[in-house]
Amino acid sequence: MPDSKDATNAIGLTRADYRGERSTLCPGCGHNTISAQIIMACYEMSIPPEKVVKFSGIGCSSKSPTYFLSQSFGFNGLHGRMPSLSLGAAFADTTMKIIGVSGDGDTASIGLGQFKHLIRRNLPMVYIIENNGVYGLTKGQFSATAERGLELKHQGVNPFLPIDIAKEALIGNASFVARSFAGDSKQVRELIKAAFSHRGTAVLDIISPCVSFNNREDTLHSYQWGRQHQAPLHDIAYVPRRKAIILDEFKEGEIKEVAMHDGSLVILKKLEQDYDPTDKWQALKILEEAEGNNWLVTGLIYVDPEQPSLYDYLDLVDEPMNRIKSEDLRPTPETLEKINRDMY
Amino acid sequence: MMKDIVMEEPSQGGDEMRVNDFCMTVCTVNGSGSATANNTLLRAMFRMGIPVSGKNIFPSNIKGLPTWFSIRASKDGYIGRVAHDDIIVQMNPRTFKADLDYNVPGGVIFYGDHIQLPIDREDVIIYPMPVKELIKQAGVPRNLQDYMENMVYVGVVAEILGIGLDYIQNALLFQFRRKPSVAEDNFEIVKMAADWAHENLEKRDLYRVEAMEPLTDYIMTDGNTAGALGAIYGGFQFCAWYPITPASSMVESLITFAPRLRKNPETQKNNYAIVQAEDELAAIGMAVGAGWAGLRAMSSTSGPGISLMAEYMSMAYFVEVPLVLWDVQRVGPSTGLPTRTAQGDLTLNYFLGHGDTQHIILIPASVNECFEFGWKAFDIAEKYQTPVIVLSDLDLGMNLWMTKRFDYPDQPIDRGKVLWEEDFDKLPRDWGRYLDVDGDGIPYRTLMGNTHEKAPYFTRGTGHDEFGNYSEDPDVWQRMLDRIKMKIDSARESLPQPVIREMPNAEIGLIAMGSTEPTVFEAQDKLYKMGISADFLRVRALPLSNEVRDFIKSHQRNYVLELNRDGQLHQILVLDYCDMTNRLTSLSYIDGLPMTADWIIKSVSTKEQNKNA
Repeated sequence: MPDSKDATNAIGLTRADYRGERSTLCPGCGHNTISAQIIMACYEMSIPPEKVVKFSGIGCSSKSPTYFLSQSFGFNGLHGRMPSLSLGAAFADTTMKIIGVSGDGDTASIGLGQFKHLIRRNLPMVYIIENNGVYGLTKGQFSATAERGLELKHQGVNPFLPIDIAKEALIGNASFVARSFAGDSKQVRELIKAAFSHRGTAVLDIISPCVSFNNREDTLHSYQWGRQHQAPLHDIAYVPRRKAIILDEFKEGEIKEVAMHDGSLVILKKLEQDYDPTDKWQALKILEEAEGNNWLVTGLIYVDPEQPSLYDYLDLVDEPMNRIKSEDLRPTPETLEKINRDMY
Repeated sequence: MMKDIVMEEPSQGGDEMRVNDFCMTVCTVNGSGSATANNTLLRAMFRMGIPVSGKNIFPSNIKGLPTWFSIRASKDGYIGRVAHDDIIVQMNPRTFKADLDYNVPGGVIFYGDHIQLPIDREDVIIYPMPVKELIKQAGVPRNLQDYMENMVYVGVVAEILGIGLDYIQNALLFQFRRKPSVAEDNFEIVKMAADWAHENLEKRDLYRVEAMEPLTDYIMTDGNTAGALGAIYGGFQFCAWYPITPASSMVESLITFAPRLRKNPETQKNNYAIVQAEDELAAIGMAVGAGWAGLRAMSSTSGPGISLMAEYMSMAYFVEVPLVLWDVQRVGPSTGLPTRTAQGDLTLNYFLGHGDTQHIILIPASVNECFEFGWKAFDIAEKYQTPVIVLSDLDLGMNLWMTKRFDYPDQPIDRGKVLWEEDFDKLPRDWGRYLDVDGDGIPYRTLMGNTHEKAPYFTRGTGHDEFGNYSEDPDVWQRMLDRIKMKIDSARESLPQPVIREMPNAEIGLIAMGSTEPTVFEAQDKLYKMGISADFLRVRALPLSNEVRDFIKSHQRNYVLELNRDGQLHQILVLDYCDMTNRLTSLSYIDGLPMTADWIIKSVSTKEQNKNA
């Protein structure tokens, strides 16, 4: 990979061409790391910024789409209602790559319904949840993913069990579910690339610590806890389409390949145990085990590259619908005459 | 000077035949299949050239509760509701006694003779019908008997009133156009019942129908179907919705008609998408997304759905996203009367959203106008880059009406100020999403997918400047909100203008909106005969235009007639014309039923009398 800042990618763009505005989030916020990896992923995949459209809901996470890809259209919508916004816009030009950024407050509370219905429809989009277990923008209230027993300054102790977003996605028949940790940049980046290659809703639940309100070392969404408890399922590497695949560095039996819909490959290198991300039972089991054992299981938890997407159900015209000429949108006068005749 | 006011008695008395002038109510049980029978009678009379209207008064229920269907025939063309019945067709024992009270003296009762209940009225003509017996004789299969029973009253009523059986047959063939044999089976029962009535009943009442000049310029359909067709001819491209009475049948009509009308002629692929959302929050979110991305986007719902949509509608107003939202009104507050009609969502919609919000509203009065506003709403929304709400109601949306044939749109589609790649050079100055280049308050917008380097921008519901950048600057906030107000205000004179119907030397004005129009026409005529000459202005859009001001100004007293408790149109008139409040009087009520001319006549004449007292 080219490292110099003047280096260009396959379409002649530099990393700077994928940047956004300066972040106004707190220094050290996990969300900034994720924004940086979105920039890197798009740069490395040579995605033209004008072919990307960004959406978000409300909260700290949802501010972040301004901090990457300023040459892309974007829409910062309403709390928990980014999925519907994205879905409506998607029909205007189905060749666009959609990325949505949400948080645990945005997705796991008011947004839970729209999140699950988006998954059910399998709209092709990258759906990132920057999950820190706390409401940052309103200054430190529990979110629905906060663990039982979490103590916050003005809130006391959380008595309730958390919602596990990856598990919700999985039982909602999501076609792509991953979990990662903002402290593991490489894994975040490779998962984002795989998600962009997926033809369906790709859910990335990324633990992204809030340095201001929920980063105590003994709490589940903190940097330190994450570093100590991260249990990657595999080493993940994304190999774009048409690129010569050199797998020499892996020994046979150590890797698993997942062929994505667009022809790219996701290479998963075995770590401690065998893990098959196309096996939903195993996926559910690993999430249950992780919860019981306090592991932060990360990696590609589940993928079904061939699940039909929303677009497969609707027999839409090939050209972008927002470019259809006006005269092609109005049926002829003769058709209305016939309707008049048929209306008794 | 005004003559003494005499309320018109519903009953005419005397021995004169009443031709093509009556209200007939069929009383049945919900889910018994009577709609087919009732629509058949309605269509048959319509084809005879008789102006008719049909109103289904139904419960929020699938099967078993009482339901009424009123057909009004009016040689004078009055198709509003009347509160009394000249003729009752009684098939429901549960409402048998109570329904009798609605019958006028000299009226008629047809009833299924299996209902063995006393009729304690001596001033009405009674025709028993051996419904069960005839169905038995005809050998109708058991599972169809309940449905076929309705055809018995069709036959008996047709015979006694003089509705030609060929008209009935044609109406049935239309109803069952995909199953002609079913039409024939039904018609056999109709014929048999008519024969029985011919042999066994002696006509003793004074009601009759006679064929009139054919109503060739008219069709018969409902407002929801018309609205959907209007949307199709307006080039709708995206509809997201969630089922709710009484709006569901609008999108169901879209689902019926769009596949036939809106495929690319070469590829046969759809140039539209319809999505049933998980709720109204999502339906409006999808519509906002689609409208923002450059599709002609719409949704349709009713009051409770509007409540849920408020936040995204407020956002669409502020971030300037065009979309069309239909509110087919039912009775609120709360769940209210889900199957009854009202005009109670006017102020809700006008100011829908938090902060300073004001939406453009179109208010169709007829099925034909539902079609017209169905396509026009998109042009207006995209021209002004703002949501347009079309305010229909259950009476208009779900009932069958005779209406003028649909006219093909007389203006080409107007997509408003949209910049594609090749358009940037034509701009006199720099482009910003919210920059008022032309001085009319309407900026230019770019759409997702535009590859011009200047095109992308970030849409946010937070404060933003002319270039879409985040801003909390007090001046910027004020400037942006003032521009949006100027933009909406600038629409006043180009939205559908009010329709005025004048009477000679009118001193007073009647102001109304929407589906009450036929009722107001009738009241206006009858008031005139009573010596009260009133002009009538029908508001067709908000914000109001100067024509409304001029109308109010030119009448000493203006009565604002509407179907809600608080006089919501009156409230809006008072807001805009606070200098003329003494000329405006609110006359409003809400009981779930369509307005009657009698109510208007009573209310207006009482006010006018009191004024003289």
